[in-house]
Amino acid sequence: MRTRVVYIAANTFREAVRDRVLYNLIAFALLMSAAAVLVGQISIDIERLVVVNLGLTAVSLFGVVIAIFIGIGLVSKEIDKRTLYTVLSRPVRRWEFIVGKFFGLAGTLAVNTLCMAIGVFGALLYVSHHFQASDAWVLVALYFIGLQFLILTALTLLFSSFSTPLMSAVFAFSLFIIGSFAEDLRGFAGITHGFTRWLATAAAYVVPNFSAMNVITSVAHEQPVAGHLVLLNTAYALVYAGMVLCAAVLIFERRNLK
Amino acid sequence: MSPPRRVAYNPLRSWSGFGGCAGGLSASGSEARKYLRLLAGCKTGIPRLGNAVPEPFHLFLLPKMAAIEILGLEKTYAVGFWRKQQKCALKPLQLSVEEGEIFGFLGPNGAGKTTTLKLLMGLARPTAGSARILGMEMDDPRVKAQIGFLPEQPYFYDYLTARELLTYYAHLSSVPASEISRKVSAMLERVGLADAPDVQLRKFSKGMLQRVGIAQAILHDPKVVFLDEPMSGLDPMGRREVRDLIEQLKRDGKTVFFSTHILSDAETLCDRVAILHLGQLRNVGVVSELTAGVRGKVELAWHGTMVPAEMKSLGAKCHESGDTVRAVLPEEKQDAALEVLRRERLRLISVTPLRASLEDYFVQQVKPVEATVGARA
Repeated sequence: MRTRVVYIAANTFREAVRDRVLYNLIAFALLMSAAAVLVGQISIDIERLVVVNLGLTAVSLFGVVIAIFIGIGLVSKEIDKRTLYTVLSRPVRRWEFIVGKFFGLAGTLAVNTLCMAIGVFGALLYVSHHFQASDAWVLVALYFIGLQFLILTALTLLFSSFSTPLMSAVFAFSLFIIGSFAEDLRGFAGITHGFTRWLATAAAYVVPNFSAMNVITSVAHEQPVAGHLVLLNTAYALVYAGMVLCAAVLIFERRNLK
Repeated sequence: MSPPRRVAYNPLRSWSGFGGCAGGLSASGSEARKYLRLLAGCKTGIPRLGNAVPEPFHLFLLPKMAAIEILGLEKTYAVGFWRKQQKCALKPLQLSVEEGEIFGFLGPNGAGKTTTLKLLMGLARPTAGSARILGMEMDDPRVKAQIGFLPEQPYFYDYLTARELLTYYAHLSSVPASEISRKVSAMLERVGLADAPDVQLRKFSKGMLQRVGIAQAILHDPKVVFLDEPMSGLDPMGRREVRDLIEQLKRDGKTVFFSTHILSDAETLCDRVAILHLGQLRNVGVVSELTAGVRGKVELAWHGTMVPAEMKSLGAKCHESGDTVRAVLPEEKQDAALEVLRRERLRLISVTPLRASLEDYFVQQVKPVEATVGARA
């Protein structure tokens, strides 16, 4: 059972890595890191700040694009090409397929993030000539970005399990944008009354709280990240992604494949 | 895996015959099996030959069992924006396919063939009814290890090679890891892809993809193989290769259930066929038995270029080639046509009865229904 999930995940990873679009995006991310180095050179005394800001933002944005771009097609593409039929006509349960796909894409993003992270640290070394203790917080920021990818992967898989690729992309990207302003949404809920307050509060808790995982600015300013935030964000991402994945499985279990 | 043991005499089939059920094992056949199970003291399934079974019943306990039993399978889809309209894709279907049989599932496009296959594979949920494959309920996970499936016009993972794809499917089918490499190589050889094992599938032609599709369906040595339009879109050579593969599967003792709208293939390959039209089963039987009921035709050939005027009134279709005229007309008009030729003093060359084809039978079954539907529309 577990091995089938592993094989599906490995196949998803292999298919994604061999897809030339992914290579292009990695190349583009590396290009962005190079641009960061250039900006760092023309900035006086704030090279490190600019490189961390630009590098981590590039890692986040390109990861989001890759997560949505590949995630939306994970199920629908398999249905269109009827490869799903040959998988599900074997002793493979539908939940194994969804979970395998999730781990396959999560693995792809992890490798992708790792590659881009190496680029960011390379750029940091280039502008600072040495690493410093506060650079460790960059790793925490990268870890939070990874947690965001985990949630986003589960969300794209959820949308992909019942919707068209285009609609899935719209839903996932909208949720990413709204989720990035989740703290503002909570603030807005605090100043409203009645039904609007209830609605804003509900929306603030339903959408993924990506803003809590965005520590790029503070890390760029060499501010430490609180230990409890690491724990809370990890627990939140795991629970949220798990719940979304369960929803994806429930929908997919009931789906008639046309 | 060795092919299942067979006996020539099938008591269950005879039993179902007494019950007046056409097309092999049916409700009365199931009753017979229950009775035999009671006699043999077995709790579930078809009893196997063993020490616990009394000797006199051994003959009875080795019949060809139904590989596939479809029991009133039905599918209705909700359509329209609000999903309030119902579209019936498959009306309650009763069908039984015996072990070791090549069974053709025929019908025009939109007849419900693919819907039936999707229901059997668990890809769509039936609105009503059930099915048993190898004596197990179709949603029993153990069934999946015993079946192979080729969907219609399959496309596989573009960036995988044929070897990688088959290895992937072998893992999913729980083929022991130690056997995978050998099985994959043997399968590539068997389907004629031994010279392209490491080419990515996006570079494959349609015929090659179809061969990969068949390879993945039979790689894990399933007992029942379902093929959805396996010859569709193939050139004559490709069709011939697929036909050979299906015949080989039968020789290996597999049950093959394949849907097609290419009637000549079904006629060549199938032990029995079922005809489905507008989601409803029209008939099931052996091809020769089905076509026997179709009104025959006869071809008359005579020397010369003259076509007597009466021939048209007899419903003959005539065409000239060189100094010979050939006329095809209904069998019952043969005597009258010969009388016309004798009267006109034309020299008869040959009288050839034309065997009714499956296509003739198919048209006879489908055309009146389409005419009725057209009239209603």
